[in-house]
Amino acid sequence: MVNPNVQGKKYPETSPYLVGREKIREFANAVFSTNPVNLDVFAAQAAGYTDLVAPPTFAVVIQERSLHSVLADPEADIDFSRVVHGDQRFIANRAIVAGDELTSVLTVASVKSLGAHSMITFNTEIFDTNKELVSTAISTLVVRGGE
Amino acid sequence: MDILSLEVGQEIGSRTFSFTRDSLVKYAGASGDFNPIHYRDDFAKSVGLDGVLAHGMLTMGSAVQVAVDWIGDSGKVIDYGVRFTKPVFVPADSGAQVIVTGKIGAIDLENKTVRVDLTASCLDIAVLGKAQAVVKF
Repeated sequence: MVNPNVQGKKYPETSPYLVGREKIREFANAVFSTNPVNLDVFAAQAAGYTDLVAPPTFAVVIQERSLHSVLADPEADIDFSRVVHGDQRFIANRAIVAGDELTSVLTVASVKSLGAHSMITFNTEIFDTNKELVSTAISTLVVRGGE
Repeated sequence: MDILSLEVGQEIGSRTFSFTRDSLVKYAGASGDFNPIHYRDDFAKSVGLDGVLAHGMLTMGSAVQVAVDWIGDSGKVIDYGVRFTKPVFVPADSGAQVIVTGKIGAIDLENKTVRVDLTASCLDIAVLGKAQAVVKF
């Protein structure tokens, strides 16, 4: 069972992640994007962006880095081999573009138990170097209880 | 495209995604999610699964492409959420086909946004629930 006392716990800001063009292209190809703003710098600039635009779910890369600190936290007591992804949402204040340097702060929004299972919801706020909020990733993990 | 020309219920497009083990390895590398349930049958079985399954985030990231293709600019997707209702098993030999369709769920003329409702299925079973992408006009 996930420790309910971690509800409200805020984890330290992650180190900056530099969004690279080739990482955006790699991610775009992996999710079958053919959208030129993800792949072609000139197309992205013609559409008004400074550089390649990351696909809508790219923020998961940043969220993943934040999640590591929770999964490694003995207080939270999450058995990763029993984790199933329940739901996921991304709210964008602006698009992530190549050249962005992003940090994130993860907060445990809620811990609920559902029979033998636990459901833990995280909010990951993603900021640029100006400390402006770029995107919020909200993720619920279901941790299956033991037999 | 003029927001005034759109209607709720209107279909905006459809795509079929072929997930193979190669797709899963590519997505693992691109996303940094190296959970072995997405590439090792022996490991998947050891944790009680029938076999290797696709990353939920691969299904989510692919499904939204139907909305992106329609609007033409991925940066216009300002809010996107899904529930993962069923796993997509990806056999090593045959792979899996995920069929995604999108239609207009709501139109907000004041904020100039359109909600696209997506359905995603594999072997006729819905694999995403409440998959909604809000697009800025």
